[in-house]
Amino acid sequence: MSAASAHASILSLPDLVNGDADLVRRGRYLTATFLVEVGEREFLVRVVEGRVVAVEAGPFLMRSWTFALRASEEAWRRFWEPTPAPGYHDLFAMKKLGVARIEGDLIPLMANLRYVKDVVAAPRWKARG
Amino acid sequence: MAEPVFEPIRGAYVHLSLGERPHRVYFEEAGLGIPLVCLHTAGADGRQFRHLLNDGAVTRHFRVLAFDMPWHGKSLPPAGWQDEEYRLTTQAYVDLILAFCAALRLERPVVLGCSIGGKIVLELARAHPERFRALIGLESAAYQPPWYDDTGWLHRPDVHGGEVAGALMSGLIAPQSPDETRWETLWGYMQGGPGVFKGDLHFYRVDGDFRDRVGQIDTTRCPLYLLTGEYDFSCTPEDTRLTAEKIPGARFTVMTEIGHFPMAENPAQFRRYLLPVLDEIRAAAR
Repeated sequence: MSAASAHASILSLPDLVNGDADLVRRGRYLTATFLVEVGEREFLVRVVEGRVVAVEAGPFLMRSWTFALRASEEAWRRFWEPTPAPGYHDLFAMKKLGVARIEGDLIPLMANLRYVKDVVAAPRWKARG
Repeated sequence: MAEPVFEPIRGAYVHLSLGERPHRVYFEEAGLGIPLVCLHTAGADGRQFRHLLNDGAVTRHFRVLAFDMPWHGKSLPPAGWQDEEYRLTTQAYVDLILAFCAALRLERPVVLGCSIGGKIVLELARAHPERFRALIGLESAAYQPPWYDDTGWLHRPDVHGGEVAGALMSGLIAPQSPDETRWETLWGYMQGGPGVFKGDLHFYRVDGDFRDRVGQIDTTRCPLYLLTGEYDFSCTPEDTRLTAEKIPGARFTVMTEIGHFPMAENPAQFRRYLLPVLDEIRAAAR
């Protein structure tokens, strides 16, 4: 997976999420914008009541977001493999490994944790087919 | 009409006095032979062992017993719980295990524990080796660095404790584990009482740092097996290896395609590692 395809994975979130009615239902109480950092590129993911209504690619000069999920392009690439290696199989595993950071207002993240984890892992399920 | 299908598991309640307070503790058992007492993970209950309790290759030679710790599963908290904060300590956990084994008149049982259960077997091995035939620690270490700093996330009014526990624990399950057992394991976490998982982690993270004492374990008095799943990032294989290195004679195995909940998340994969250990224990007993 190249940098371009890692970026494409993030940009594909609206299709992947909004096409999954159960995932949208689980996120119905979340309306927020969160930042996903893929190496040097930043993306703002806008969620309204469980639907990903927009993914905007940076660079940004001065933008608000609720929480941020930051990892290298290599880490995301390994995270999205169909069967990820130990340490790359979960957002918190990557954080423990020191290749990801979770920042910002964590209450909306933790209150909707299964939903957010499923959203960012959605490209993996697509890779699995 | 089809015949009803019954599992060979029997459930019962035993009354124990713990910390000078009466407790009513639920347990399940199946099989005959060497007693094998199973300790569930933090914030969960004995249902994690339902596959082991139904495994004829095990119950043919072992009397498998799994209790729900007080505050967990079908074991109620003690009377007066509403005015206190539950916090598991090393001493209370050891006392619970010894009291259960004594009440059931178990003679030198094997104890198999996972996570907090895996950690407490290290203390059983150190302080009470003569009471046990063998000890098996799954996802067990003298110390494991935390992977989130604030266990307060598990018990606060603006975050659903069961939902967040399930979502956090989902990452500790190996990607290869079957969906049915993965989600059943998480269901257990989603069902915990408020603050109970957090209270168990007081032992796992604060009171249960055994780095200064595991070197005292004498495995010639009681064999010790340590098995850890490669996908466990709460207690990593490296955490267990560091512990095993301090204990001469400890047997350390890394289990592939397994996370933090071997017996619950992938019973078929786990028994490939457990059955040879049980065979060895049985051979030594003859």
